[in-house]
Amino acid sequence: MKIRVLVRPKSGILDPQGEAVRSALPALGFSGIETVHIGRLIELEVESADEVDAMCERLLSNPTIEEYEWEVVH
Amino acid sequence: MGGCPLRIGVTVFPGSNCDRDALHAVERMGADPIELWHADPDLKNVDAVIVPGGFSYGDYLRPGAIARFAKVMFPLEDFARSGGPVLGVCNGFQVLTEAHLLSGALLRNTNMRFICDRVRVRIENTGTPWTAGCEVGEELTLPVAHNEGNYFADEATLATLEDEGRVVLRYLENPNGSVNDIAGVCNEGRNVVGIMPHPERVSDPALGSEEGLRILESVLVGAGV
Repeated sequence: MKIRVLVRPKSGILDPQGEAVRSALPALGFSGIETVHIGRLIELEVESADEVDAMCERLLSNPTIEEYEWEVVH
Repeated sequence: MGGCPLRIGVTVFPGSNCDRDALHAVERMGADPIELWHADPDLKNVDAVIVPGGFSYGDYLRPGAIARFAKVMFPLEDFARSGGPVLGVCNGFQVLTEAHLLSGALLRNTNMRFICDRVRVRIENTGTPWTAGCEVGEELTLPVAHNEGNYFADEATLATLEDEGRVVLRYLENPNGSVNDIAGVCNEGRNVVGIMPHPERVSDPALGSEEGLRILESVLVGAGV
């Protein structure tokens, strides 16, 4: 099965990448942008989803600074 | 004095790029430099380990995230947990946080730039094997070269680090956004230290300064050499 994992900075953690993009968008004429946050999308093909949480906690995300969610794509 | 020189290991991961500088610095200290290959199953009886800077495994996923599971890290974790002196420099600091041997994490620099500079830092704690030869309040000028040097720990962890005096180095002028100007921390046992500045890059007159030896040679003090 295909799993899609989304990893992103925990709320309240400084996200300099998001901040840089937020300040770059108006330079292209886009307005009204309040916040931008940048995360990471990881797609896995696995036989079972049993260990996806463990994978996320031990390697795919760093729980000190990031949170994750995942879904079965199909 | 007069005994066998201390054996100091330097780990080498694919993408490490300060390992040779670290080995050279160890030689300058009069200790025995021992290369520890990432696939080595043991630490070759070293007395201390330096995890050097660089871009281990291309910084894939997160800096240090892949190196943390290299074969040599398993005996290194045992060594660290049993009180062996371990120093992580720059990417080595990132590896040690990923391995949960040190608290916190290193985020992108707030200015989103790779910072390559010399910075002033202050020694905050001399109770570690890597600062035992320094004085509290001593100021050093050391090189930094990093993209993710912005030290972060949640409020509770930060309070613990400060209360227990586990901040080892602090920037005089914060280059990267690190919380509380933190440039280096140690673990609860004080034997594992991680710092962003590179002492090995200022450990030879040919490099313009030997101030880095203040930190590196500290490990000889604890060993009574």
